[in-house]
Amino acid sequence: MKDIQLENRAVTDEKTKIAANNVNVYYGDTRAIKDVNIDIKSRTVTAFIGPSGCGKSTFLRCLNRMNDTIDSCRVEGRILLDNEDIYDTKVDPVQLRAKVGMVFQKPNPFPKSIYDNVAYGPRIHGLASKKADLDGIVEDSLRKAALWDEVKDRLQAPGTGLSGGQQQRLCIARAIATSPEVLLMDEPCSALDPIATAQVEELIDGLRTNFSVVIVTHSMQQAARVSQQTAFFHLGNLVELGDTDHVFTNPTDPRTESYITGRIG
Amino acid sequence: MTAPSTAASTSIMVADARTLKRNAAEKRFRAYGLAAIFAGLLALVLLVGSILNNGASAFKQTFIQIDVTLPESKLDKSGVRDPEVMKKATTVTYAPLLRDGLMAKLDELGVTDIEKKEVGNMISKEAAAQLRNHVLANPNLIGQTIPFEVLANGRIDGFFKGRVDFASAELDKNVSPAQLNAALALEDAGSLETRFNLGFLTAPDASDQRPEAAGLGVAILGSLYMMGVVLLLALPIGVTASIYLEEFAPTNRWTDLIEVNISNLAAVPSIVFGILGLAIFINFAGLPQSAPIVGGLVLTLMTLPTIIIATRASLKSVPPSIRDAALGVGASKMQAVFHHVLPLAAPGILTGTIIGLAQALGETAPLLLIGMVAFVREYPAGPPEGLFDPATALPVQIYNWTQRADPAFVERASGAIIILLLFLIVMNAIAVMLRRRFERRW
Repeated sequence: MKDIQLENRAVTDEKTKIAANNVNVYYGDTRAIKDVNIDIKSRTVTAFIGPSGCGKSTFLRCLNRMNDTIDSCRVEGRILLDNEDIYDTKVDPVQLRAKVGMVFQKPNPFPKSIYDNVAYGPRIHGLASKKADLDGIVEDSLRKAALWDEVKDRLQAPGTGLSGGQQQRLCIARAIATSPEVLLMDEPCSALDPIATAQVEELIDGLRTNFSVVIVTHSMQQAARVSQQTAFFHLGNLVELGDTDHVFTNPTDPRTESYITGRIG
Repeated sequence: MTAPSTAASTSIMVADARTLKRNAAEKRFRAYGLAAIFAGLLALVLLVGSILNNGASAFKQTFIQIDVTLPESKLDKSGVRDPEVMKKATTVTYAPLLRDGLMAKLDELGVTDIEKKEVGNMISKEAAAQLRNHVLANPNLIGQTIPFEVLANGRIDGFFKGRVDFASAELDKNVSPAQLNAALALEDAGSLETRFNLGFLTAPDASDQRPEAAGLGVAILGSLYMMGVVLLLALPIGVTASIYLEEFAPTNRWTDLIEVNISNLAAVPSIVFGILGLAIFINFAGLPQSAPIVGGLVLTLMTLPTIIIATRASLKSVPPSIRDAALGVGASKMQAVFHHVLPLAAPGILTGTIIGLAQALGETAPLLLIGMVAFVREYPAGPPEGLFDPATALPVQIYNWTQRADPAFVERASGAIIILLLFLIVMNAIAVMLRRRFERRW
């Protein structure tokens, strides 16, 4: 597994960015997440893997309270971002989501221009007072998302006119334009072809310099390629969490081994 | 693979019984579909054809050119040309002047075989009032002989539109063959012509005796006022309610109840809204009868469910991924709705609104109950005061005219239907255009 990893940079920063303690998530009466405890380190790519319906996406959406939009969803336990409980009643989810950005499974650019797509977040959060500042943020975000060279001449063209891979990178640029501290990615490559996937993966590894990245993926190769930490979910339980190398080469739990060798899932 | 039982059953060159049956069923269905479309088209052609056939002539009217002498002795004995004083001379004074002018012209043309009273009746009863208004506006005309164009009586007009002929004139006490002969002579002399009549669109309604003068002016104005009220009230209320229900309201027993009742409201017969309007807006709130404001309020109640249902449908059709995207970058719920969802839903909302308005424009029953069926000759004032003045509405005017005895009103009712249909076609065309133009794909 090691030979296909993009780059094996050691985890440079061992500080815990997000800590989840005994998190339970219910959809109505169904318990979708069972007593999950996990620490997500800063400047690290953490991959969530597991069979469909195991709860990894649900858990991811808890980290920036996107589950709030689902009426029947209930979250118990504590999730701390820099030691602050994000489910505290004093927390406004809007402020939280500016700190914890999200990229979705299907590329979902706004039906607006490329520029407006990226500028939307900074605008609503008042990050740029002058047009030049905003231009700078847009260019910077598009560069970080490795999209600048492809779109710099047509920033006013609609974002929906880009190819699937470009759209997804535009969504990443949009997510990082608000300078979040954590970037959540929900199967960001599942709708992309292998070339676009490779570009996005390279990008994810680059983003690690600035952000803590959490990525949900169905592809174990992808998890092995891009992540330093891997968490394996099964039927709502966090089965195993550890260094990616370790989880893939020497899993401690038999369920993990079964999954990565293709016997369950 | 086992060997085929018979060569024929496996060859794709020969259709088997099952396939034949299936194909025949498909052919039959296509025939039914075509027949249904033709039946619909035929009904439409018959409807539009008969209305055009009856109503097209309403846009033309017969006018007679008369040289009227305006004697000072009869119209302004004081000689001061003060309109206030001149008002003492009523239409009873003016009517004989017109008759005498026409008599003189007929004498000139050698038509003598006609009684004085018959000549007077060839002219519309409206003409004397028009002449009087003209003279009151221009007092200096007194003492002169002026050329004046008057409307011909409805029967004379009907003669040139093929509604009246010599045979029917024999039997009709309102018109005589002598009058028709005189009219033909006038036409030959160029003093009588049948041409486009703008008055049909601008003039107010006229009484039973003078169908030739009746127009749609007040009705069109009243309908426009009501549409204005409906648009101003129903669109903001409807869209706000829909956004709240669709985006913010929790799903519980109460919202379910509201949802069911909005659908019920859309199905309530329109006359019930009329009774409601009468009870609440007129009897309780004390708003005036026959006023466009009340009509507009009643039609707003009727249009609201249509707009709410259309708006909710178009909000629902905006993919949730757009909301997720907005929330994901930290937009508040309201920002997500107003920045992203609403613009995408706008074409659908506008289409629903225009269709709702078109529906309201054609609504008659509730207006009958709030008194808009009254005979109104005065134009309402400009908005906003005009909203409280009496007015009629297009569909009510049509209903009104179909109740009148004189056959000339049949043509005018059909003409009014043409106008109403034109309004509806234009509105629906705008709705289709907006949808085509702004519909976005994502």
